[in-house]
Amino acid sequence: MTERIIQVDALARVEGEGALYVRMKGDMVEKVEFRIFEPPRFFEAFLEGRDALETPDITSRICGICPIAYIMGACQAIEMAWGLEVTPEIAALRRLIYCGEWIQSHTLHAVMLHAPDFLGLHDAIQIAQAQPDLVRQALRLKKLGNTIMEVVGGRAVHPVNTRIGGFYKAPDPEDIRAMIPELDWGAEAARALVLAFAKFDFPQDGTDYTFVSLVDRERYPILQGRIGSNRGLDIDVTRFNDHFTETHVSHSNALQGRMRDGSAYLVGPLARYANNYDTLCPTVQATARDAGLGRVVTNPFQSILVRLIEVQYACEEAARLARAYVPPVPAHIDTPPRAGVGHGITEAPRGICYHRYETDTEGRIMAAQIVPPTSQNQPQIEEDLTRVVTANRHLPDADLKWRCEQTIRNYDPCISCATHFLKLRVDRD
Amino acid sequence: MTELSSCPPLIVGIGSPFRHDDGVGPWVTQRLARAGLETTEHAGDGTGLLDLFLTRPSLILIDATRSRQPPGTYVCLDAGVAPVQADLFHYSTHRFGLAEAVETARALGLLPRRLIIHGIEGQNFGQGQGLSEVVETAAEALVDRLGAPPPAPPKEGPA
Repeated sequence: MTERIIQVDALARVEGEGALYVRMKGDMVEKVEFRIFEPPRFFEAFLEGRDALETPDITSRICGICPIAYIMGACQAIEMAWGLEVTPEIAALRRLIYCGEWIQSHTLHAVMLHAPDFLGLHDAIQIAQAQPDLVRQALRLKKLGNTIMEVVGGRAVHPVNTRIGGFYKAPDPEDIRAMIPELDWGAEAARALVLAFAKFDFPQDGTDYTFVSLVDRERYPILQGRIGSNRGLDIDVTRFNDHFTETHVSHSNALQGRMRDGSAYLVGPLARYANNYDTLCPTVQATARDAGLGRVVTNPFQSILVRLIEVQYACEEAARLARAYVPPVPAHIDTPPRAGVGHGITEAPRGICYHRYETDTEGRIMAAQIVPPTSQNQPQIEEDLTRVVTANRHLPDADLKWRCEQTIRNYDPCISCATHFLKLRVDRD
Repeated sequence: MTELSSCPPLIVGIGSPFRHDDGVGPWVTQRLARAGLETTEHAGDGTGLLDLFLTRPSLILIDATRSRQPPGTYVCLDAGVAPVQADLFHYSTHRFGLAEAVETARALGLLPRRLIIHGIEGQNFGQGQGLSEVVETAAEALVDRLGAPPPAPPKEGPA
């Protein structure tokens, strides 16, 4: 029996540094390890002893692509600990800036980093050479996302206008209104991208995933809702640790998230879409139908379509929020610190991001826990790889390597966030 | 068309000062800004550089390289003359870094009329502030080179 080893030493088009190791004995896949070797970053430990008011700005630094996810999760948790409730106007402005993050993050991954997999191209440069109009459209969409973050958050990367209780300064209504025409264009552009990408030749794949996301009956969840799944889970954020656990594995610097029963689960666009299809706008549902998608998508290679469907949603939602914008007065709610425990959870572009903090009477952080989406998706990525390698074991090593990298990129993994990652090696015995 | 010589370049320092030598670009531009030159800093996703390319006909980019050359090695590229190799520069977010931004801009016809790139080979890209000694020495030399006033035009007329 021959041993076959497939190894990717440095994954391309993912965030951070990671690798993949696969060992096969004959037709059997013996071991699949998604190795994250981005150094641990110890953010939870940094936070201990710091003023809780600093938490959003410190956790924002976990990621340059999805800082809003960290800012908002931290804000929610501290506000819960201190018994602070923000006004509807502040909540709406938070949802608006989060739409900006979805637009820029999803567009960057879907068009510049993921689409080359389906076009037989190596990278974004080759796409720009082959399909310049497509890249121009993507860059304009991404800029739109960044503009929202600048207008509401003061700057596109690591925004500075956000704080516990709301915002330092309410954006000028004229600056918010000025974004509406581009947001209307963005929704149409995203729909066009979904319909164009729906013609890709997607590999046949899929499984009966456990989809975990926020679930909300009123609006597609971004910052609100209960934690739910397609298997009947329905819990409040305060019970996250009762149902989910993180464990350390020797081959990864990122903790791996699992259900308490040890099973893997999937977070991110596929889960949000499956669990909340009914709350998507009719126009967005129409795009999904026109692209040939059902109410649930279980082929992970089609995540690129769902990601762009969420871009359309985010543009439409941002336009709605911009049209209804009323500057919050005051721009933030103050409250004295107190000893307490708070939990926060929001839908980062890659899936649910959970925060838990304990504060003392002075408002200092006594304990911190942050569970990013890529940590939660790691076991599911390894299960996907086992399935994909088994189904494609006849492929030559180079082609199998490529398929494995695609499998990982389906998740848009954010390794920097998770270390708080890819090289592929397959051993065939 | 504006004469390039009448339009001073925008100098862009690329990288994160919290990743030691990755921050050599901002380290240089901060010192050039004190000398009165127009500078800005850029960190994170490289697509943002494309927006900057549209703002000026002439730009200078300064970034750390990670090309297995001895630390402190200096390289100067004219993007108008030759493509930028992707494996020269240290990339950060989602592997869309300086080289990808420049070559994407070239494919889209968005390159500024003049784009000069200065690279200094880094030694330590780990977490933390401050440059390695050898990188700082090379950075000081680059500050001197870019900060020095342009040579006066030769005087005309009888000697």
